[in-house]
Amino acid sequence: MANVIKLSAADLSGLLSDRSVSSVEVTQAHLDRIDAIDTGVHAFLHVAGEAALAAAARIDARRAAGEVLGPLAGVPIAIKDVLATIDMPSTAGSKILEGWIPPYDATVVRRVRDAGLIPLGKTNMDEFAMGSSTEFSAYGPTHNPWDFDRIPGGSGGGSAAAVSSFEAPLALGSDTGGSIRQPAAVTGSVGVKPTYGGVSRYGSIALASSLDQVGPVTRTVLDAALLHDVIGGHDPLDSTSLTDTWPSMAAAARAGLADGALKGVRVGVVTELNGDGFQSGVSQRFTETLALLAAAGAEIVEVSAPNFEYAIAAYYLILPAEASSNLARFDSVRFGIRVNPEDGPLTSERVMAATRDAGFGPEVKRRIILGTYALSAGYYDAYYGSAQKVRTLIQRDFEAAFAKVDVLVSPSAPTTAFKFGEKMADPMAMYLNDVTTIPANLAGIPGMSLPMGLAPEDGLPVGLQIMAPAKMDARLYSFGAAVEALLEASWGRTLLSQAPELAPKAMSAGTASTSTEGAV
Amino acid sequence: MKKAELMDYDKALELFEPVLGFEVHVELNTKTKMFCGCANEFGQGANTNTCPTCLGLPGGLPQVNAKAIESSIRLGLALGCEIAEHSRFARKNYFYPDTAKNFQTSQYDEPIAFNGQLTIELESGRLVTVDIERAHMEDDAGKLTHVGGATGRIQGADYSLVDYNRGGVPLVEIVTQMIEGGEADSPEIGRTYVAAIREIVKALGVSNARMEEGNVRCDANVSLRPRGSNVLGTRTETKNVNSLRSVERAVRYEIQRQAALLHAGGTITQETRHWHEDTGITSAGRPKSDADDYRYFPEPDLVPVAPSREWVEELRATLPEPPAARRKRLQADWGFADLEFQDVVNSDLLDAVEATIAAGAAPQAARKWWTGEVARLANVSGVSADSLVQPVQVAALIELVVAGTLTDRLARQVLEGVIGGEGTPIEVVESRGLAVVSDDGALIAAIDEALAAQPDVLAKIRDGKVQAAGAVIGAVMKAMRGQADAARVRELVLERAGAAE
Repeated sequence: MANVIKLSAADLSGLLSDRSVSSVEVTQAHLDRIDAIDTGVHAFLHVAGEAALAAAARIDARRAAGEVLGPLAGVPIAIKDVLATIDMPSTAGSKILEGWIPPYDATVVRRVRDAGLIPLGKTNMDEFAMGSSTEFSAYGPTHNPWDFDRIPGGSGGGSAAAVSSFEAPLALGSDTGGSIRQPAAVTGSVGVKPTYGGVSRYGSIALASSLDQVGPVTRTVLDAALLHDVIGGHDPLDSTSLTDTWPSMAAAARAGLADGALKGVRVGVVTELNGDGFQSGVSQRFTETLALLAAAGAEIVEVSAPNFEYAIAAYYLILPAEASSNLARFDSVRFGIRVNPEDGPLTSERVMAATRDAGFGPEVKRRIILGTYALSAGYYDAYYGSAQKVRTLIQRDFEAAFAKVDVLVSPSAPTTAFKFGEKMADPMAMYLNDVTTIPANLAGIPGMSLPMGLAPEDGLPVGLQIMAPAKMDARLYSFGAAVEALLEASWGRTLLSQAPELAPKAMSAGTASTSTEGAV
Repeated sequence: MKKAELMDYDKALELFEPVLGFEVHVELNTKTKMFCGCANEFGQGANTNTCPTCLGLPGGLPQVNAKAIESSIRLGLALGCEIAEHSRFARKNYFYPDTAKNFQTSQYDEPIAFNGQLTIELESGRLVTVDIERAHMEDDAGKLTHVGGATGRIQGADYSLVDYNRGGVPLVEIVTQMIEGGEADSPEIGRTYVAAIREIVKALGVSNARMEEGNVRCDANVSLRPRGSNVLGTRTETKNVNSLRSVERAVRYEIQRQAALLHAGGTITQETRHWHEDTGITSAGRPKSDADDYRYFPEPDLVPVAPSREWVEELRATLPEPPAARRKRLQADWGFADLEFQDVVNSDLLDAVEATIAAGAAPQAARKWWTGEVARLANVSGVSADSLVQPVQVAALIELVVAGTLTDRLARQVLEGVIGGEGTPIEVVESRGLAVVSDDGALIAAIDEALAAQPDVLAKIRDGKVQAAGAVIGAVMKAMRGQADAARVRELVLERAGAAE
């Protein structure tokens, strides 16, 4: 038996369904891996070993009884801690929710369980998904499996690190401004932000309601598609959930593997999402990838999106505004921690204030203050109102671009994984790391990140971002699978096969060796 | 302010012109809450009708109740409003423990209904048209119970309990434009306006409309403008005035209080005020300024509500007869004098009387029973008369009286039996054996016995002093335990006295 932890979910699916391997074995292998290396990686905030093995045993029993199960039944999955789980703490990386076990499952979690997947535990994240590095988690940062001194991206660094370090074949993430795609880029994994409304948000602890979207975090495009098929589709509990019938994303991904799938595909390169401020190795890999695409018959078209220049400014008004309101419910009255003021009378207002002061971290406070300000009477039109106008302009830029091309591409992030502490003192530098991913959230369109090589200067993964028109998620998977196959053929291996082997247990932060193989 | 310090009402009006405004909250009687599937009902254990959404748990999301939208549109149409083609929910942000999300999901600049009018008729016959600025949808807050203080208010309480069963119940808030020119009628305008809203929501069937249960709640805004000035005075907002009479009293009190303050050179603080039913005064609540910043913004978790014009017209066709027109029609049909009709209306018994008449009772008899004995019994047990007994039972009772089976006195006993759950009037008559004794044989035996026992009375009757018969009638009625028709007894007494000659 090959080392099951290195297998894709699609491969595991085959082995599980013909019963060459049991779900208990697969689950145990991943739990062992977590046990061996997660002290160093710190991808998980909670590991539910017993429950996972019990769920795996139930799947094995059903298969043994001859029941025909879905393709991912028995495959383990890691769940970002932003999603409500009825049997595991759900803290969103915040101290204010320490130990809180929700009385319900998020819709995506229920769908994952109904499809027979095995939840392994909850993954680390920046507090309330505010950040690009997991450094803002109240429970300590996650380490990048490629280099423990570096960030795994954020906010969903835990999910990305879990899949890229082979602790789980699949994970769920959430993406408000890049929290699935940027971690995927810097860890060499695959992440997809679906079309807004394509996947239910019910039970996803809200950061910015009009931007949040739950999506898959995996090691291959096909795996992402298989997971997307499980979690996607209309949910009456989410009023912004689209009622469309969706095609199979897995079928779309498989279609992308056909010969000549890239021939004649019009690929738009967004001028504004490359160049100044982009690490040279990132730009280099991007240029090489475009050349490969052209050689495979794709038509490369330069497109301009002039209003992207204002995307970050608009995003950092809309997001804090919505977040300031979404986070108002954390008041100690019904759930979460309660902290009494040290002196003075115990009024509800003072207890709320003391709880929020103790329970929220600095970035959360910063954004609540920003958002409260942006929504205040007299400032609303200038800030929130203007930001919404920019949003419309960005949507028009996308419409104009997609009139000319089938997909848009850019680097997923301007840099490879940066070092811990590098951007903590400068929020703006941290915010700028999401320049590439934010436009898709503002427009509600789907976006994917997949690995396109290692940067020559630091040997760290670089991600390619692909964007498609709203509701055209299937196109992402077809094109993405084709690009993935093209790149892997050119390397003769997968990117993650070059990641450092992580030594069991003894590891502590900083002991992982950076890949010495250099760039591919 | 003590009552003695208030300015005389007439003098207040001489010096100032009252300007009014009302915000009436109507709780809709939908089966489920505004934004989730929890039951919308009273009397459950605390926090039992709750879910992640109405408890404001992390990850909870709202879903709009389509029936609530329908009710809101029908209410808007009944108030003569335009119905928005595109309407949105907005978040009203403020921290308070009864508000689970720490924002209320309400409507701001795009309400479902706007620009309406409601004409009300005062007792003098004066017609006043109240302009409706808007009617918008929102969710209700939970209910706080303050424990440990003397007053049940938050001040002095040891702790507070919160029940979120009411949290998320659908509300429509109806906001008037400024009402000017009310003059001395201002308090009555308040009462009549709220009564009219209550009647409309009841007729539409969109609310249980019980003010005592908070289904209809009124905030009354009052300000005074000095005569000769065109500058509006500072207003106060008296919150949650929960009976029609209180609306009238609270407006009157505020006019007198503000007049006294202003006349003494003082200023009015823009604030909310609490109405005290027991003492008939208002007291200061929290300061309220136009700069109160609720940081409204469009609710991103909900999509806009865009009712099609076809649907709106369909709903318009379902509107019942306007209550004012209905009252005119019913009074004419029934032939009630103004006072009689007012009595029925003021007792909130129009529906009950109408249903009783529809069940076959004569209008006057229906009126008499409802506003008389039923209302009296309801008053004793502190409930509303129409919740005590079904109109069809009252009609059946009246039928028994008309048929001579029951005297009024017996009928009252039967009514008590019906209310006590003993069955229909006929069943109560049978089980209690209350029917009038119409067997002359039994009566004659009793009369002969009574006459024999009072020979002096017999002699007087024979002398033509007919009024003396009263003593014998009384004795017979007593012997029959009241179950005899007194008129028939009288006839028979006179007959037997003659026969005994």
